[in-house]
Amino acid sequence: MIDVGSRKGAGQRERNGFPRLERAPLTRTSSRGNAMVRRRLVAGVLVVLSLMLITIYFRESPAGGLHNLQSAGATVLRPFQVGAERVARPFRDVYSYFSGLVGAKSENARLRSEVVELRQLLIQSETARRENQRLRELLRYRAPSVYPGDYRPLAAAVIGHPQTQFEQEIVISAGSGAGVAVNAPVVNGDGLIGRVTDVTSGTAKVVLLTDQSSAVSALDIAPESGAAGLVQPARPGDASLLLNRVGKDERVAPGDRVVTEGSQRGELPSFYPRGIPIGVVTFVGQNDTDLYKSIQIKPYVDFGSLDSVVVLVPRRANR
Amino acid sequence: MTGALDVAKTALLVFFVAILQVTILGSIDVAGGAPDLVLVTLVAVALLRGPIFGAVAGFYAGLLVDTATLETLGLTSLVLTLAGYWIGRYGETTGRDRIQAPVLSVLVITVLYAVGGYVLRFVLGDAVSARLVLVESLLPGIIFNCLLAVPVYALCRRLLHPVEAFDRSREVRLLG
Repeated sequence: MIDVGSRKGAGQRERNGFPRLERAPLTRTSSRGNAMVRRRLVAGVLVVLSLMLITIYFRESPAGGLHNLQSAGATVLRPFQVGAERVARPFRDVYSYFSGLVGAKSENARLRSEVVELRQLLIQSETARRENQRLRELLRYRAPSVYPGDYRPLAAAVIGHPQTQFEQEIVISAGSGAGVAVNAPVVNGDGLIGRVTDVTSGTAKVVLLTDQSSAVSALDIAPESGAAGLVQPARPGDASLLLNRVGKDERVAPGDRVVTEGSQRGELPSFYPRGIPIGVVTFVGQNDTDLYKSIQIKPYVDFGSLDSVVVLVPRRANR
Repeated sequence: MTGALDVAKTALLVFFVAILQVTILGSIDVAGGAPDLVLVTLVAVALLRGPIFGAVAGFYAGLLVDTATLETLGLTSLVLTLAGYWIGRYGETTGRDRIQAPVLSVLVITVLYAVGGYVLRFVLGDAVSARLVLVESLLPGIIFNCLLAVPVYALCRRLLHPVEAFDRSREVRLLG
């Protein structure tokens, strides 16, 4: 190592053919000091500014100045995000195609058996639907919002993905300008994704079902079950879900399908209409100490590969 | 003039990297981890241009990410400002002219970024899993980022003038 502080050491290195290191003249000391003060000042100011932004953002309402500023910024960034997403889409499709080939044979066999099962279910449900419709007319029953009939589907691209494992949120390319409102349900062809929590004129933030703040009233639609509960994420970052608050006397079995209950009871009605598929029960357990069953659900939606979604915009004012 | 040009180049570079990260790279999930191009680019910029440049670039990158993802404003800025400053200091002192500096810096800063982000969110009351963030997703994240470190550093070196040319010579002079 070169000894910068010792003249003797530096002299020795020079004699051995190494360049001699010399302290900068005293006149430079003050400029070095100034540079040090300047860089600490800049870093300090930026850290304080960041802390101020966090504090103000947390304390102000969603209609506050900083939120509006962020909304304007998001609107400016939106075309760039949409452009980047469009450029990336072909590459993503190619990747999905090849990754889909892995395990395609076993998946094909599973899907064939599922088709047979679903065909039988379709016949049964069609009969039940007609009977249901006839009975409603007889009783003049006024139903709550029904999915998907009472909603206008609004397709949007996903232009922002979670940046860390902390966030279970996405940003989509449709905002209040297209009719998206806070708490609007978001789905795709597979099932429920989440709900809108933040809206700008051109973008919206969607909190996924796997976020720790999510809770959806749900229903087991197996003919012998009908158990209602609350679907919540299993643990942070985990894709599986739990169906909580299902009593021990309810009948729930692996393979049962779970959909949104669309509960309109009480002061806090559900944000989601009835009947949106959520997932399939994979595990049911219970022990003596717990009040409720322990039910695990595998969601239909693959939350790791969302590239487009559908926002459900009510056709009429429901609430 | 060169300084102003470098500021403009860095602003553009960070802007496009942030858009790329938010829109495309954030969705990549291999073995539970994803590359963080914003962090790797920030490390390269800070190593080449020093702590002030690093801190300002980190603040700017954080603001862009938080705005594009509609996240809490200032959260990412805070962590990236500190990361940019610290790597800038490392670059002009211990890490100066060391060939392994980019990879080493990316490795250390990826770990610190995960820890810092975890602590911040824990303090703010978010439900976060230490096991997930600091164990499961950290290792693949480190591998991704370290793989990106050398090409990104080489690109930034071509784009920006390293700080040696005008500032570093004031610290220690080589004579003889």
